[in-house]
Amino acid sequence: MSEKDLQSVTDRLLQRAAPGRAEFEDIVVVPVLAVLVAIILGGLIMLATGVSPANIGKAFVALFNGSFGSLNAVSETLTAAAPLTLAGLGIAIAFRAGLFNIGAEGQVIVGGVAAVVVGFSFAGMPPIIHVPLALLAGAVAGAFWASIAGWLRAATGAHEVIITIMLNLIAMRLLDYLLRNPPIQKEGRADPISKNVLPSAELPHLFDWLDPLMRVHAGIFVVMLAVIFIWWLLFRSTIGFEFRAAGLNPEAARYAGMRSGLIIVLVMALAGALAGLAGANQVLGVLGRVSPNFSGGVGFDAIAVALLGRSHPVGVLLAGLLFGALQAGGRQMQVDAGVSLDVIAIIQALIIIFIAAPMLMRGVFSFAFAKQSKR
Amino acid sequence: MAAPFQEVQSVRQGARSLDIELRAITKRFGDLVANSNVNLSIRGGEILGLLGENGAGKSTLMNVLSGFYRPNEGQILIDGKQVQFSGPGDAIRAGIGMVHQHFMLVPVFTVAENVVLGVEPTGPVDYLDMKKAREQVRTINDEYGLEVDPDALIEDLPVGIQQRVEILKVLFRSAEVLVFDEPTAVLTPQEVTEFYKIVRMLRDAGKALVFITHKLHEIHEVADRISVLRGGKIVGEGFPGKTSDKELAEMMVGRPVTFNVAKGDFKPGATLLEVKNMTVLRDDDSVAVDDVSFSVRSGEIVGIAGVQGNGQTQLEEALSGLRRVTSGTVKFDGADITNSSARALHRMGFAHVPEDRQHSGMVSDFSIAENMALNTYYAEPFSHGIVMDWKTVRETSARNAAAFDVRTSSIYKPAGELSGGNQQKMIIAREMSRNTRFLLASQPTRGLDVGSIEYIHKRIVAARDEGDGVIIISSELDEILALSDRILVMFKGRIVAEFADGVRQPSKNEIGLAMAGAVA
Repeated sequence: MSEKDLQSVTDRLLQRAAPGRAEFEDIVVVPVLAVLVAIILGGLIMLATGVSPANIGKAFVALFNGSFGSLNAVSETLTAAAPLTLAGLGIAIAFRAGLFNIGAEGQVIVGGVAAVVVGFSFAGMPPIIHVPLALLAGAVAGAFWASIAGWLRAATGAHEVIITIMLNLIAMRLLDYLLRNPPIQKEGRADPISKNVLPSAELPHLFDWLDPLMRVHAGIFVVMLAVIFIWWLLFRSTIGFEFRAAGLNPEAARYAGMRSGLIIVLVMALAGALAGLAGANQVLGVLGRVSPNFSGGVGFDAIAVALLGRSHPVGVLLAGLLFGALQAGGRQMQVDAGVSLDVIAIIQALIIIFIAAPMLMRGVFSFAFAKQSKR
Repeated sequence: MAAPFQEVQSVRQGARSLDIELRAITKRFGDLVANSNVNLSIRGGEILGLLGENGAGKSTLMNVLSGFYRPNEGQILIDGKQVQFSGPGDAIRAGIGMVHQHFMLVPVFTVAENVVLGVEPTGPVDYLDMKKAREQVRTINDEYGLEVDPDALIEDLPVGIQQRVEILKVLFRSAEVLVFDEPTAVLTPQEVTEFYKIVRMLRDAGKALVFITHKLHEIHEVADRISVLRGGKIVGEGFPGKTSDKELAEMMVGRPVTFNVAKGDFKPGATLLEVKNMTVLRDDDSVAVDDVSFSVRSGEIVGIAGVQGNGQTQLEEALSGLRRVTSGTVKFDGADITNSSARALHRMGFAHVPEDRQHSGMVSDFSIAENMALNTYYAEPFSHGIVMDWKTVRETSARNAAAFDVRTSSIYKPAGELSGGNQQKMIIAREMSRNTRFLLASQPTRGLDVGSIEYIHKRIVAARDEGDGVIIISSELDEILALSDRILVMFKGRIVAEFADGVRQPSKNEIGLAMAGAVA
């Protein structure tokens, strides 16, 4: 081939095809339909459980009002979305590397505890140091906790799903123990509760000058930074390239000279750091202290968030916002229409089922999809 | 189910011989036309050779015939009567049987058990009559001289015999038309000869046979009539002996093809790679490579022949840093590289084309550009520190894809969407577009079409002519013979024979015997 021909072929190959219809369907149509269908089915379930049609209507209005209907509602949505997104990122990055990190819940717990310890210590430290230090403590603790699973997986081949489940249970019991003993238990209390985070370690509320009830706090900046950082890491760095290669084809990664053991430990540490940050975020921004079940299952909901977000940082952010909205709106629903909060859990579960079964969506809503060309 | 047995009986009494007509068959998958207006006749007592490159539509056509696919247009006529198959079951009942490239046998079952599987002779209360089954299998076995022991366990049988079990299975279901999909790919040269005998005997017994292949010499050897498929269409017909290889290849590829690999003069330099007493274990700690020693000089192609599973895979892995060498040493250019990592070897200028390209040579879901950087991503110019330089990666990939004839519309496409030949060219492009000193290529052209094989062979020879040391591991004897300056034969983990070009040109038969373990 002559130099000129070679150049022209090269130029042609460098052209990127416009994003195809299939991609659009995968990224947009399927999730949107999944959410819509889940909400409709949620309505049917309410009907089946004896909620009157009028009340169901009220419930959906409340669901919207409680999530996006007012500034305060948006604030609640963002507050709920923050830990879900952070922990969701941690699960997503593990997915990308081919690891199933069920352990976010435990990592959230140890992260929260570490943040609270730093948060109630160091009286007199300026907030500009105290807040980052407490966040860092949460991240490091989460990273350490998850690395145990990563290290066991890399060194012995023990499956990370089982180890992270075990680590979850250990973290929960550890929390119970710590909350009943000094130095973490609050002085003079018999019930399991920790000391309060010092004001200098609190993530400041952003709009309390507007309305003291607005709980949204500086943690959302941490979330934004995390989303951007993880996106950069996955798609713009050599480390992310290794993660993705190892996740899609571990044999090929090995062939290419990547060190799979190191990748596993690194990914788990990073996933744990993000989940730990989620715990710290809750403790420093919302709760101010640690109590049993303070994590509220964030680490498990985050699995759904990562799945719905297709393990893409931006997708995880959007999914986190949706789940945050469902939580915030669900509380309003309970108050206004007397519908149980469990309906929200059902809707969330339905969303995941539909996301996990895209062929079902394609079959039922064939009009929304282009004809399958191959297979 | 007693019916099949009765049919078998009836067949044996009055052998019916089927004539099959495929008329204007068109099969589309979405926008892709796999078969377009194909006419084909298959007659009893004749072997039809169906020749075509990968992706020419051979398998699709045969899947239409055997009921796996329904054609969009066209008809299938059996003895002049139009039939419609709604599944493979219909085709089998009509007497059409397929012998797949990958055997579908239960390894822990006996031959008889495998043969009757799904159509077992039963007595009252669904009693499984194995005695009857064995008798039936033995009858067919004797009738066609297949020489298979009905009581042998499949896992104990060599591949060639396993293939006969597949044939038995089809015959047991009273097939009159037998379709063989690339039947020789897994056989040793001796087994191939045996296989030809069986095929001819089936023909003489009045069966109609379709022999799918992309290998020209096979078609000459065994077919009575040849049809060539290209781009889903029948592009020509021929007769063995009358139609030349050149004509057939041109029909198949659509342009003139050169068969002989043009090699420069053999001017070997200093010894590059030296393997001494190397032993390598399998995952289950059995010995795969047993105390092997050999060397490769600069500018030399060493071909390692052998039937698959005789330690070549582990040898390849050990030489590429993917498997531990248990004992012995490997030296490269005088330096000890025993158990060096894959990356260290890559840095030294090793190019490695792995045996199973999709399994380990590439990431199917990665774009072509990402795959082209799969093992060079960590260094300049593709990354700076830990920051990937995607612009450089893409530009280099596009240039290499163009230079190595990787046919695609864009380097953003997932590598998994490329055809096998283009995937392999992509891997070759990645491995050989750098400054290399050594090339280790395992099964470099397995399953590829004539055009891609020609191109890849040219590249391998070019590396050798530039002074690289080259090892080719292949179970394809023709490839070994065409490329190698020196041939080593592996059997049960040992090198059992060495044939040096120039000293004595080995015959195919000699190498074949060594591959089967019979060392002269």
